[in-house]
Amino acid sequence: MPTYDTSDIRKGLKVMMDGAPYTVVEFQFIKPGKGAAFTRTKFKNLLSGAVIERNIRSGEKLESANVETKTMQYLYKEADSFVFMDTSTYDQVHIPSETIGDDALFMPEQIVVEVLFFNERAVGVTLPNFIEQKVLATEPGFRGDTATGVTKPAKISTGATIAVPLFINEGDTIKIDTRSGEYLERVGRA
Amino acid sequence: MSASDEPRAEPAAPPHVVNPTSRVAGIEARARVRRAVRSWFEGQGFLEVETPARVPSPGQEVHLQAIPAGDERYLITSPEYHMKRLAAAGLPRIVQICRCWRGGERGSHHQPEFTMIEWYRVGASLDEIARDCEALVEVAARAVGHWPSVDVPAGRGREGKSGKLAVQAPFERVTVREVLSRFAGIALRGDESVDELRVLATHAGCKSGTAATWDDIFFQIFLDRVETHLGRSRPTFMFDWPLPLAALARRKPGDPLTIERFELYAGGLELANAFGELCDPVEQRARFVAEAELRRQQGRAVYPIDEKLLAALAEMPPTCGVAMGFDRLVMLATGADSIRDVMAFADDEA
Repeated sequence: MPTYDTSDIRKGLKVMMDGAPYTVVEFQFIKPGKGAAFTRTKFKNLLSGAVIERNIRSGEKLESANVETKTMQYLYKEADSFVFMDTSTYDQVHIPSETIGDDALFMPEQIVVEVLFFNERAVGVTLPNFIEQKVLATEPGFRGDTATGVTKPAKISTGATIAVPLFINEGDTIKIDTRSGEYLERVGRA
Repeated sequence: MSASDEPRAEPAAPPHVVNPTSRVAGIEARARVRRAVRSWFEGQGFLEVETPARVPSPGQEVHLQAIPAGDERYLITSPEYHMKRLAAAGLPRIVQICRCWRGGERGSHHQPEFTMIEWYRVGASLDEIARDCEALVEVAARAVGHWPSVDVPAGRGREGKSGKLAVQAPFERVTVREVLSRFAGIALRGDESVDELRVLATHAGCKSGTAATWDDIFFQIFLDRVETHLGRSRPTFMFDWPLPLAALARRKPGDPLTIERFELYAGGLELANAFGELCDPVEQRARFVAEAELRRQQGRAVYPIDEKLLAALAEMPPTCGVAMGFDRLVMLATGADSIRDVMAFADDEA
């Protein structure tokens, strides 16, 4: 594995620490009290999502992580896995449901996602930030009711239940932020 | 100089700034602070001096990189050597506000070309210098209308949150040993061997990696466990540094493992470094020789020892001096997140 030094630290750099892959999310150059240069770095654990901070002295080496991101299309679900296809090689991979976790609630068939591989094994997916989905079921709305802040639950076709404004009807198409699971706007009417 | 000593520019650099219209407020605040600071020093009876920017012997500190300036001269990393020669020549209160240059230092609090306020008081105690610092922070904060508290932006805030910092005197005063004990559970004497210090670091949960020198291990502990607690509810002076971090400071009378030095921390900024100045040319020469040897071992440029300074030290009366980052003082007063916000043009915009 190649190594990096502190001058290579950039957002998105992937490194191995204590046996787990991490990505750099933030870094700052610091030089305390006439001492050596350090890079105060925030890393996100690519497996658990936990964020840690490390002060890395100039001269220290970081080990690169064998991680790779592939663009893949979600094809269909099997009993306890999801089947994806590499959009450039057409190879298919099965990813266990537990690896996908709650992301499945916002993952319609045919959607193109980024799949993260660690040591050749798929360990997670990154959805597009926004998806558009039809509302399958919700209580009837009231025409012209645009009061803000008042919401009701609505079920979308991927299985998630979203808080939507009262004027949303079954069959409407809505835009959703997959990171927060929040309703953003109505993009099509029933 | 190894490649790893050359940090990259922060990605926050605004691309291709030609006319810094977004900086107008910062540039105006800078001018107000500069005027107020000058006027305060004048009121205190200080003489404003100018010393050379290009010198044959720049700062010897192991971690400073002087920028060559032709004719076997370097740009100063600080004006301290020449200002000490003026103190030795009999000028009792001197101040300089000048540009300094430190190669490879780039970040949201660093620029390779920056401005320093450096002042010396002959016959004064280090606590008088600390009171000067308190007064200057007040002067700067009032000059931009942020008194008695200044804004701390999220980028410098505790746990990444924005807030306020009360900057009225007196600031908090702690010692290195107190904060190492309180925040890292380490009882530091100051005469530990490198290996002993490494064991203390490991017990405190600090990974010092391949660090092979006393100061590298010390600063790993300091950054990991201590620094983020300092200067948070009030600015903090950290006094009484251990002997291995003496640089150009003298030992405390009756306490040979402790040196007369403080650093000032405020709102996530390291603002100033002060010394009870070492006046002993023999001890100073020994420290210079040791530092030059360390520089040689680490493959860094080795600068000639400043014989004129050593000769002057023999004449220098007891003196305390301090260097305060002027850009950072303006950042503190205005609540700026980046040093760029208080400069007309940063190094990569020049």
